[in-house]
Amino acid sequence: MGRYVIRRLLQMIPVFIGTTFLIFVMVYAVGDPVNAMFGERAPDPATAEQLRAEFNLDKPVWQQYVLYMGKIFSGDFGNAFNGRPVTELMATAFPITIRLTLLAVVFEIIVGIVLGVITGLRRGRPVDSGVLMMTLVVISVPTFVTGTLAQYLLGVKWGWIAPAVSPAAPAGELLLPALVLALVSLAYVTRLTRTSIAENARADYVRTAVAKGLSRGRVTVRHLLRNSLIPVVTFLGTDVGNLMAGALVTERIFNIQGVGFQLWQGIVRQNSPTVVGFVTILVIVFLLANLLVDLLYAVLDPRIRYA
Amino acid sequence: MTETLNVPASASMEPQPAPPGADAKPAKGRSLWSDAWHDLRRNPLFLISAVLIVVLLAMVAFPGWFTSASPTVGDLTHHYQGKPNYGHFFAEDWFGYDTQGRSVWARMVHGARASVLVGVLVTLFVTILGGLVGLVAGYFGGWLDSVLSRITDIFQGIPFLLGAMVVLTTFTKSNLWVVIAALLFLGWTQIARVARGSVITVKQSDYVQAAKSLGASTVRIMFRHIVPNALAPVVVVATTALGGYIAAEATLSYLGIGLAAPTVSWGVDVSNGKDALRTAPHILISPAVMVSLTVLAFIMLGDAVRNALDPKSR
Repeated sequence: MGRYVIRRLLQMIPVFIGTTFLIFVMVYAVGDPVNAMFGERAPDPATAEQLRAEFNLDKPVWQQYVLYMGKIFSGDFGNAFNGRPVTELMATAFPITIRLTLLAVVFEIIVGIVLGVITGLRRGRPVDSGVLMMTLVVISVPTFVTGTLAQYLLGVKWGWIAPAVSPAAPAGELLLPALVLALVSLAYVTRLTRTSIAENARADYVRTAVAKGLSRGRVTVRHLLRNSLIPVVTFLGTDVGNLMAGALVTERIFNIQGVGFQLWQGIVRQNSPTVVGFVTILVIVFLLANLLVDLLYAVLDPRIRYA
Repeated sequence: MTETLNVPASASMEPQPAPPGADAKPAKGRSLWSDAWHDLRRNPLFLISAVLIVVLLAMVAFPGWFTSASPTVGDLTHHYQGKPNYGHFFAEDWFGYDTQGRSVWARMVHGARASVLVGVLVTLFVTILGGLVGLVAGYFGGWLDSVLSRITDIFQGIPFLLGAMVVLTTFTKSNLWVVIAALLFLGWTQIARVARGSVITVKQSDYVQAAKSLGASTVRIMFRHIVPNALAPVVVVATTALGGYIAAEATLSYLGIGLAAPTVSWGVDVSNGKDALRTAPHILISPAVMVSLTVLAFIMLGDAVRNALDPKSR
């Protein structure tokens, strides 16, 4: 198990360097952030030169990258062009988005897996077909449509909830945005669990467990579900990245001042330190989530541990 | 996400070289593709999606069949006006008017072209690029596979929507080709992974070994034996993804950085409609329904094709 973890950690390093470099090049190499700072006016050449030197923009890209990464590992993400340290923005934005994403993942796990198990065990019955059709519809409607409609109907027309989330974003107010964010992935989790359960329900070990006289619930949860979860766990791991990017849309709709909100502002205003800093953290989160998935594999399926 | 299911599924498929479009004789020796076609014609899911897609393609090719109103000329006396209570099917005011007094129905019909074009072209390029990467990585294996797989990992490490947004903002002018490039930039990884897995499975089959021992060239083995037999899972993923790209185009436009004003597309209408949501929700809902129906059609088609190609699920 220890060697397995170390090997996975080592494999993460080139991917981390590659991904962060790619983002860095995309943001810094194309476009001129100093010009963007001055908006419509042409910047004073001397000031522009000084700013370029200050942000290391006058050096070749790979050198900028190395300098930047060196700073990041000492905890300095630089200042946004308006002078506020990027870490300060992160400190307010990340807790909110993490709360939102965790709520969304909880929705996915509870609702998705329960629906998947129910439909997988009753394959071909009306419940199955009904839920399957519903997942198709849910997957087809883009998040921004569900989000704006939910906000319009529940928030504006019927007035059940506040249409916008307050700056502090307590968990109670995030329930609806989290559900909107989770909806598409939830449908995928349902479908994956259903397929996996239906496939494994005919397996020999299930027949053995039933023949041993185990209760229905125990067979389903301990034998069938545990063996059916691997594709679902894989999906959930890669989905953390999608959820955080999907928060871009959800946070804009419900005016939540989290990571998506800051990123959107950073991208539109070409505020490079903000964008690169936030994306770097997101990439780390994404890689760690995938690592966690691989470790969970080993827990779920001992064969992987010893391979 | 779905590749975890598709890859093992391909292992169970009939390992006969079967060029698509082979004669559908009801005899015993039916090829994979003609067998799938036989199955598809009886699947209601396929029939519904086929009808939706045919109507959509008709809108793309001949918008004049559906409406005579212009999508770009507006009459400001009508602006924000909703759907009339009495039905005017296929008329200019069927779905009301938008913020500039243009016919929403005309824009729904004419918007199909840009949106479908983005979806089809991105899918085409993604399949070619991702397919080639997957083919090379899967066929040659070894260090080439390691390098290509790590590169795929790197591109997959950036969330799709986020990456597309960053690419789009680096271009000062946003047109159809820029949007296609942005979606292609990060979109190819999914196909590459599926193709690689599928190629590895097919590579081990006897007929590939036979072709090798008969002295067939690498190119011939790749394109005559491996590609036709490894194609099925790629086709399924590409079909489902096509709808996803159309939704992505609309989402980027919603965020204000996709296609922009002179272009008529569903995404552009969605971003117009979001500002008028509280007074005239129909301006947003109408193009959103078109996007959703299109995505639904392609997902259903992908599902039906997957079931037809994978006899195990029957």
